[in-house]
Amino acid sequence: MLNPYRIREDFPILKRKINNYPLIYFDNAATSQKPKQVIEAIKNFYENHNANVHRAVHTLSQEASELYEKAHEEVAKFINANGIEETIFVRGTTEAINLVAYAWGLYNLKKGDEVVVSLMEHHSNIVPWEILSKINGFNIKYTEINEDGTLNYEAFEGLISKRTKIVCVSHVSNFSGVINDVKRIAKAAHEHGALALVDGAQSVPHLPINVKDLGVDFLAFSGHKMLGPTGIGVLYGKQEILKEMEPFQGGGEMIREVIFNEKTRHCSITWNDLPWKFEAGTPNVCGGVGLMEAVKYLRRMGMEDVKAQECSLTEYALQRMRERENLAIYGPDDVSLKCGIIPFNVEGLSSHDVALFLDNYGIMVRSGFHCAQPLHEIFKLKSSARASFYIYNTREEIDRFIEVLKEIE
Amino acid sequence: MVAVEDYVARIEGTCGEEKDVIVIFKYDKKDEAIAKILKKAEVKKSISSIIFELAYNNVSFRLYGTGKAIFRSLKDKNELQKILGDLLL
Repeated sequence: MLNPYRIREDFPILKRKINNYPLIYFDNAATSQKPKQVIEAIKNFYENHNANVHRAVHTLSQEASELYEKAHEEVAKFINANGIEETIFVRGTTEAINLVAYAWGLYNLKKGDEVVVSLMEHHSNIVPWEILSKINGFNIKYTEINEDGTLNYEAFEGLISKRTKIVCVSHVSNFSGVINDVKRIAKAAHEHGALALVDGAQSVPHLPINVKDLGVDFLAFSGHKMLGPTGIGVLYGKQEILKEMEPFQGGGEMIREVIFNEKTRHCSITWNDLPWKFEAGTPNVCGGVGLMEAVKYLRRMGMEDVKAQECSLTEYALQRMRERENLAIYGPDDVSLKCGIIPFNVEGLSSHDVALFLDNYGIMVRSGFHCAQPLHEIFKLKSSARASFYIYNTREEIDRFIEVLKEIE
Repeated sequence: MVAVEDYVARIEGTCGEEKDVIVIFKYDKKDEAIAKILKKAEVKKSISSIIFELAYNNVSFRLYGTGKAIFRSLKDKNELQKILGDLLL
């Protein structure tokens, strides 16, 4: 088991006090805190290696290029991708999904085609498809959710047909923490010739991920939810699919050459190799370096241990929260079906009141729809408060959280 | 000339079906802002002088000792500005 007390020493922010109380950070599903190793890597990059990457001969650029490429390698290893060709750096999960929508969907989805999307998705896995469907005229089929917030697999699979071109689902719900069997979903999609896109924003930071075992075609995730900096994220894609795709954005870095043709008065363009073909413009080099350090940090912890630690914490939190009669807790009772996210409401109070009250005591939780409004409609909720955990959280923090919740009552 | 902006750091619309508004007072002005508000608004309930359930001109709101207030069921931004002006100036 991991030792959260030892881990906490790496996170300077956890020494802070908020309103004279020790900070208890339970908003990890929104973003994680950063260890000093990541902070130091970012500082070191800007102090010693900062330069623009690729196509320069000077020393600093070569150092920056090496670091940036190494970052791709580390991330590829972390998710067991085939190599950096399958690991595209983007701003975050949202941009990764938009990349698939516009670089693949724009050219491959037409009237009569269908995209199957689960109703437990974050808005970032709904809105790009809705926008694109207005351009290309394809249909979106939304799958129903069970009462406990788990996916109705039979209904989901029943929606997949020969018209389905892509299936979009989150690995872990950012509202309930429910873990979806994406291996099963990818298999069902492939049986009908469709692709499987998985939003891994809430799974890659918390679970061991092996893209080959999962069999997914695309996996999108964000660096900032897994101890890395903001503004850097990843799209994993199978190389054979990425090769066939058109670029997402045009500009520098993503081209090999641009040749002006006097006769046609146009430029003929050759795309760069993967992954650079999808990384137009000067990339977030420092973000990549920070993400590499975050990935190394998590690998040292061991993702099986990360999962076990969070599972144990979630089980304890659920047990303590269930002691409170006026708390409504959403999602499945079986902790093995979920990650460390617990949505709840306090009877008679809005989620924002609950979050403000907890903030008063230095406890940070999120309130609102958490960018999952359709799921709130299914649960008939005006909003919810959400406590979400990570490797540095402790049982003592949960005890304190429960004490403060008692005061609200 | 004192203005509402002298006291208010941020105004955030909440996410959720309830269209509540959170007002965050400037750290160095929060105690003054809280004192002014408590003078003018009707205190419906108080918890350990940390949280105050208040009402002003048929608008209910909660004020926190940390310098944050949550306003409910406001018509629009103008109504909020008017209430803040009445309470703070």
